[in-house]
Amino acid sequence: MILLPCPWCGPRDASEFGHVGESSPRPDPAAASPAQWRSYLYLRANTCGWVAETWYHRLGCRRFIKVERHTETNETRQPRLQPAADAGSPAQQARAASG
Amino acid sequence: MRLAAQPGEVIDRTRPVQFSWNGRQVTGFAGDTIVSALAAAGERVFSRSMKYHRPRGVLTASYHDPGCMVQVGDEPNVRGAHRLVSGGIVVTSQNTWPSLRFDVKAVNQLAAPFLTAGFYYKTFMRPRFAWPAYEGVLRRFVNGGRVSPDTRPAHPAKRYVHPDVLVAGGGPAGMAAALAAARAGASVLLVEEEHQLGGHLRWGNEADLAVRTDLAGRVAAEPGIEVLTDAVVLGRYDGNWVAVLERRGELGGAEAERLVKARAKTLVVAPGLIERPYVFAGNDLPGVMLSTAVRRLINLYAVRPGERAVVLSANPEGDAAIADLKRAGVQVVRVEDARLGGDIVAATGRMGVRSVQVADGTQVSCDLLVIAAGWTAPTSLLNMSGDRPVYNPRAARFFPDVARLPGEVLVTGGLAGDGTLDELTGHATAVGAEAARRAAGIGRTWLRAMPGRQEGAAQIADPEHGDDPPAGLAHRDDQPAVLPALPVDAHPELFAGRTNGFVDFSEDVTAKDLRAAVAEGFDSAELAKRFTTATMGPLQGKLETVNAAAVVAAAIGTSVAETGTTTWRPPYVPISLGALAGPAFEPVRYSPMQPWHEAHGAVPLLAGAWIRPDHYGDPAAEARNVRERVGIIDVTPIGKLDLRGPDVARLLNLVYVNKWSKLEIGRVRYGVMCADDGVVLDDGVTGRLGEDHYLMSTTSSGAATVWEWLENWLQTEHPDWIVHVTPVTTAYASMNVAGPQARTLIERVTQGVELSNEAFGYMHVRTGRIAGVDDCVLWRIGFTGELSYELHVPASYGLHVWETLLERGADLGAAAFGVEAQRILRLEKGHFIVGQDTDGLTKGYSAGLDWAIKLDKGDFAGKPELAWQHDEESGPRLVALQTAEDSVVPDEASLITEGNHIAGRVTSSRMSPTLGRPVCLAQVEARLAAEGTEVTVRLPSGRLIKARVMPHLAHVDPDGGRMRV
Repeated sequence: MILLPCPWCGPRDASEFGHVGESSPRPDPAAASPAQWRSYLYLRANTCGWVAETWYHRLGCRRFIKVERHTETNETRQPRLQPAADAGSPAQQARAASG
Repeated sequence: MRLAAQPGEVIDRTRPVQFSWNGRQVTGFAGDTIVSALAAAGERVFSRSMKYHRPRGVLTASYHDPGCMVQVGDEPNVRGAHRLVSGGIVVTSQNTWPSLRFDVKAVNQLAAPFLTAGFYYKTFMRPRFAWPAYEGVLRRFVNGGRVSPDTRPAHPAKRYVHPDVLVAGGGPAGMAAALAAARAGASVLLVEEEHQLGGHLRWGNEADLAVRTDLAGRVAAEPGIEVLTDAVVLGRYDGNWVAVLERRGELGGAEAERLVKARAKTLVVAPGLIERPYVFAGNDLPGVMLSTAVRRLINLYAVRPGERAVVLSANPEGDAAIADLKRAGVQVVRVEDARLGGDIVAATGRMGVRSVQVADGTQVSCDLLVIAAGWTAPTSLLNMSGDRPVYNPRAARFFPDVARLPGEVLVTGGLAGDGTLDELTGHATAVGAEAARRAAGIGRTWLRAMPGRQEGAAQIADPEHGDDPPAGLAHRDDQPAVLPALPVDAHPELFAGRTNGFVDFSEDVTAKDLRAAVAEGFDSAELAKRFTTATMGPLQGKLETVNAAAVVAAAIGTSVAETGTTTWRPPYVPISLGALAGPAFEPVRYSPMQPWHEAHGAVPLLAGAWIRPDHYGDPAAEARNVRERVGIIDVTPIGKLDLRGPDVARLLNLVYVNKWSKLEIGRVRYGVMCADDGVVLDDGVTGRLGEDHYLMSTTSSGAATVWEWLENWLQTEHPDWIVHVTPVTTAYASMNVAGPQARTLIERVTQGVELSNEAFGYMHVRTGRIAGVDDCVLWRIGFTGELSYELHVPASYGLHVWETLLERGADLGAAAFGVEAQRILRLEKGHFIVGQDTDGLTKGYSAGLDWAIKLDKGDFAGKPELAWQHDEESGPRLVALQTAEDSVVPDEASLITEGNHIAGRVTSSRMSPTLGRPVCLAQVEARLAAEGTEVTVRLPSGRLIKARVMPHLAHVDPDGGRMRV
């Protein structure tokens, strides 16, 4: 099945992993409206093309890994999207900014 | 009738083989198929068709021959033109009664006007009460062999292989490609459907046989090639994950089929071409065969297929068949050359062809009609790789759209084009070398995908960066190879002739059926297929899909190219369920105390993968014993996580709804976890064993889930926190000692721990030595509502500690209790169970957790949703119910109703031995949750009973005094 490039174990069959899902940054819980929060919980962009997503190597190294997968062909590759698009949650960004 | 020895024959005349066919003894030779042996003995009819029960004989003489399915012993639906004979097998025809020759069910032919395709949508519908009778009749006429319920199922272990190059097809192109790939350093798996390599060369002329022998010999001598014959590539999945069916018939029975799972770096698709039937009246009569069938029979099995032949030829292979027929002593009385306007109008006969009407109207008497009408490209592996083959009207077949293929899939052989044998093997050689080159590139990519192994990746020379190539996979000139172009020969488009004939031989679907479907509005290939069932038989379209597309296209008024074919899906051929399943791996988990449970009559409960003692004979008595004396329960499956690091408290604050910053060393706290949608995820107790050391417990079914949950937070959201999580669920055997005598018993076996209530109070944790075992953890918690100590003992000492407790507590009345008794006890105390009293929608405030949820804390999982639930006061509420009738214990999930409105349900329900009446927990709408509210419970029988909402969730000891002594 789909080959996932686990950075710790090398390319492994997708059946070793749990699919966590499309990477979507966690909004600031103190500031988010119900609509924004529920969009984070339930809505996904589900684009046709390269998407960044998280997989959990449950039957291997047990690390959560980020890969990019092309949703039409199921090709996979190491993440390559622009850093700005994948800066993490507001909490992570705040931490990164404060150094 | 058997001929003299043929140069390419595969039979061994020194080894006769005797078997039975419909009760009579037949002798063939080793190497014969069932059908070739029978044909040599003069048989022409092997089966009756599915619907009309028309007699059927050889059509293709290959695995895919629709008229050659037979029963061999217990095994139904055996492909008689592929299965080799072996001594003593009992072969019978299928779907005939009383015999193949005289089949009463052929009366269906008279009913044919009523049995057109899709008849079951229209006939046998009314009157509805008669359906059981119709079903009985139809069942007698259903196709297929007999399955014996005594057949022992086989579950052969699967095989996993990782070839650099997998070549599907062992004809000249496949062999040449495999050789080229192996010479380039690739490891190759070559998969061939037939019993020998060679493809169409096997029934070719002397030159073809010489090439076959040379190629097959070189393949056998090449160490880098593994060959599987009588093996079929079933399907191609993402990343060249390829399923291969390996048949190992000589082992018979249990090991007859095996699933081989291959992860190939590159896949070379070289299946050749499948000859296609022509549609005309009588095209299914025994004696009507394709040119490859007569060439197989004559050249492989030395069987003369008939005496007087008419031939329709549209290509050089048809012409070669004419030469073979003459060489075999068959009288070729008429040749219709389709390239010059020849045609077959109709064939007639009863149990076999007797006469053929040709294009100019002449009736020719014959007993053999040979058809060479054209070729179908079996593109299924390409379709599965994402290709959409394109129809070429000049060549009258489909070709791959190479631009759409992923780089790791290549095509060669007849699928790619035509040409001389040299041109084809030349193309295949180039493809094989290219497949090896690309495989090497993929291998390098895989290695470079592991940043932790940079030094290894650096050693893999990368010519793209100017390195010298090492030995092994050659990539000297690492440019993509320019593959030679193959010519494409013109071929007349021969699909459906002038009269109505069979398009799908297995499903008995004629061209007229397809046209009728189109007329009814099923005007596409897919719709016409689904209505008529054309292409849905055992061949799955291999012989019928292009003719069906042509008939549908003509009926709609478009072309084959525009109509397209139906979808090619795996598996390419059938595989037994046993081979797909393989051996069953169903691990179970036992606690170390299992031998004691078994020896003492424990009734097992399957809880996830764990086998737990449900009870030991009388759960009510076990529960009473806990309330009155002391009981011990094995709770080893409880999830346990060892947490260490300076940031553990921050993690606990994040995942639990309550506060954890000020938990002192030696204290235990109960916590509930909610997910980010506010829904209750898990609960348990966590104790602080040291400055940076905690032990967390979870529900037993949540053990793995919570571990993943914690790791998710730590790895993805807070990688800067220092917390080490170690699952210790199975490192500890866990047991709960509960009851008024619990302290007395624990004191007898424990050293190093002060056990008075002042020194070791409720919700505290200590470590010490129990029954001589060091490093045990004891905490005082209260799931059952009695004074209790939960012990976590290093697992290998679990049984010892368990037995010691029971022995030392015998005079106190210590006895084991099981999961059922624990359920009763906790329900009496109103302690909810996640997943029992909560479901996938139950948010925190609906589980009676108002006291626990600390909205004034910083961020924690679920906080926003819980805050909104709190403000809106939304969602149901968990309440305790007391039923009006003491003798009726409502079933769990009984509804709480108001007329036709469902206002809630009973989530837990038991008869309480302590109180002598039922105790229940229920989810109800918030407006009904006030103490004293009367509700109606609807039992599954429909009976309604009254119940009252209690002031507390606990029915017994609501103040919790008994746990705190």
